[in-house]
Amino acid sequence: MIIGEPPPLVGAFGVDAIAMTMRFGDFLALDNVELKVRPGSFHALLGENGAGKSTLVKCIMGYYHATEGDILVGGREQAIANPKDAHALGLGMVYQHFTLVPAMTVAENLVLARDDVPAVVNWPKEMRELEAFLARMPFKVPLSAKVSDISAGERQKCEILKQLYLKRRFLILDEPTSVLTPAEADEVLGMLRDMVVKGELTILMITHKFREVMAFADEVTILRRGKLAGAGKVSELTPDAMARTMIGAEELTVQPPRTGEAGEARLELAKVRALDDAGAIAVHDVSLTVRAGEIVGIAGVSGNGQRQLVEVLAGQREAEGGEIRVAGDPYHASREEMRRHRMSLLPEEPLKNACVGGMSVADNIAFREFDRAPFASGGWWLNRSAFRDDATKKIGQYKIKTRTPDTPISALSGGNVQRAVLARELAGDVEVLIAANPCFGLDFAAVAQIHAEIMAARNRGAAVLLVSEDLDELLELSDRLVVMFHGEFVYEARTSEADLTEVGRHMAGH
Amino acid sequence: MADGSIGLWTVPLAVLGGAIRVSTPFLFVSLGECITERSGRINLGLEGTLVMGAMSAYGISYLTGSPWLGVLAAGITGALLGALHAGICSLPRVNDVAVGIALMLFGTGLAFYLGKPLIEPTAPRLPAIDFGWWSDIPQLRAALRVNVLFLIGVVLAPILYWAFRTTRWGLLIRTAGESSDAARAMGHSVLLIRLRATMVGGFLAGIGGSFLSLFYPGSWNEGLSSGQGITAVALVIFARWDPLLCLWASLAFGGAAALGPALQSVGVTSGYHLFNAAPYILTLAIMIVTCSPKRTLTGAPAELSITR
Repeated sequence: MIIGEPPPLVGAFGVDAIAMTMRFGDFLALDNVELKVRPGSFHALLGENGAGKSTLVKCIMGYYHATEGDILVGGREQAIANPKDAHALGLGMVYQHFTLVPAMTVAENLVLARDDVPAVVNWPKEMRELEAFLARMPFKVPLSAKVSDISAGERQKCEILKQLYLKRRFLILDEPTSVLTPAEADEVLGMLRDMVVKGELTILMITHKFREVMAFADEVTILRRGKLAGAGKVSELTPDAMARTMIGAEELTVQPPRTGEAGEARLELAKVRALDDAGAIAVHDVSLTVRAGEIVGIAGVSGNGQRQLVEVLAGQREAEGGEIRVAGDPYHASREEMRRHRMSLLPEEPLKNACVGGMSVADNIAFREFDRAPFASGGWWLNRSAFRDDATKKIGQYKIKTRTPDTPISALSGGNVQRAVLARELAGDVEVLIAANPCFGLDFAAVAQIHAEIMAARNRGAAVLLVSEDLDELLELSDRLVVMFHGEFVYEARTSEADLTEVGRHMAGH
Repeated sequence: MADGSIGLWTVPLAVLGGAIRVSTPFLFVSLGECITERSGRINLGLEGTLVMGAMSAYGISYLTGSPWLGVLAAGITGALLGALHAGICSLPRVNDVAVGIALMLFGTGLAFYLGKPLIEPTAPRLPAIDFGWWSDIPQLRAALRVNVLFLIGVVLAPILYWAFRTTRWGLLIRTAGESSDAARAMGHSVLLIRLRATMVGGFLAGIGGSFLSLFYPGSWNEGLSSGQGITAVALVIFARWDPLLCLWASLAFGGAAALGPALQSVGVTSGYHLFNAAPYILTLAIMIVTCSPKRTLTGAPAELSITR
């Protein structure tokens, strides 16, 4: 079963990028970067957001054309004009965001990805061939299931299988484990590692998880601000050394120590039930109490009802049943209640869920209080200079990098959008804080700052509900840990006593 | 009553005949729109395409004497209007709904302008097949005189259903409609796929228009279409973007539209205008029953501007 053009080389092959420079207008995204991925190796590419990792691999895959520099595939110089050229050479990429079509079956997605989809697909024959292909593969996926019905872990396996099905033997993986449980991540990476060891595959993995680099990678290349910051064998490096190379001399916000004891119950959920957009039950009668001065972390693989739960608390979705109480009062997510109880929200994808992209940074920072003094007189006449003054103060205080307070917030980087939301939500006294994946896709400096702010809010006596897909973040911050699976809370423990394998098992639903 | 022999049976027979007759333009427009929407774009201009199709079919049929050349001309006109829609929508920051409304007005206006000289002459009409030859009840024979375009449409619906699943083009159209990122990642041009899907959609809508002028009512005038084009777009939504359901929805709609005239023919005249509104009442009822503010439409292509 030969699919697509046969790659020119047999077995695993290496890719070298030499003296790569990429300019976008005035901005230098890559500055004379070198990357050498040896044939049959597992290579990790480390760097902060904006360090140029994506730009570099997109140059290799032909999405961008480097201003200067050469790409060597299997030792031969190749001009890769577009992704099709890269595919023909046997290079494949697995993206951070899934490229499977959710409304189609796994089999349809696999066949569709081929360059030579027949005009009329003979499904019985294709299914036989796909099953024969799967029998040779280390992991299994249900061929006839719709992609929207399978778990994130299975989807990621599908993405990788798709590349193997297309006979790609140099795989670029862009943060492949960000949606997987630790056990799933180990399974997938372990199987890929086996194929690398057998000499069938070469892997270049973009990641920020040192644990995975240490466990699976042979070599590492580290970028910082578009420049090569370091490279070498993983066995000769420590996570600390790699982190220092990644961040450079930048100073990180120091997280305050955990102080104080949990107080009275602040946020109480009793048998809360919510539906997803398709009308299926997403949150299934969950009950939880968060007390003052305590961080409760909700762990779980994305898509297990966390989003819907946060949307109910944020007032973006109506609960189907159950009761929510804040400081003993019934809570229906009205603006008045949020103000009275000093509730703050850091929803996921802040640009979409907490900001109006086209409005200025100053306006976005003022959303909570814009119709009150000093921002407004009489509840309707807005005082623009008060917006500006407040924004200027908070921009300095929260280190928001924006050209002016009047810049539209959508022009800011992800970390700075989150900082602006942080400035709005955490500036005053906070009694209840709800945060969902607050650090997703942010760089070290932003993560450190956000973690420090959340811990400081807890120490000041706020009840914090932290929903995150990043287990390390939860283990670092929470006092108590709850695991959510299929809309239910299936595990609860004090974080200090939580057993990581137990947590992972519950995240996977076993 | 002259037809006293079958009495009230006249009504279901007339509804059946009407369902077949009235549903044909709905069927073609909704199948065409189904293809366009599955590719991730809404073409609201099909009302204009329908009227332009009707005008060009009538004109060509009159000039050449062949109604089938008229049908072909209607299809080509529709495809060109589809290409215009897709072409404008390919530009950055253009909204397909707004372009569709503009083209709806443009199409009807242009058809009225070009069609002025066609109001008087009579063009050759499309044939029908007599499936009622075995019966001597005139009403039954009338109901079973089935036009050829309807038969083509009935065959086309299952073919499209099959094609969406098993052909390369069907899969590509669905990919473009469900995830343009995925389509782009595979190296396909989403704009090109949508251009072709919109042109095919326009082709079918144009043929739907030719039915109006060449079969029923069977002449060209400015009151020819009473919003069938726009109604068919709604039909696609409650047919859940499924070609087979489009067929059933068109039939139900055609039957509802035939209810008023059928009742009138047996002497029920009191609620005539009310019964004529049956299709729209049906639309409203189905919309109310099937829609909910708390969930998204199942089956809706994820890239459609109304679902995103």
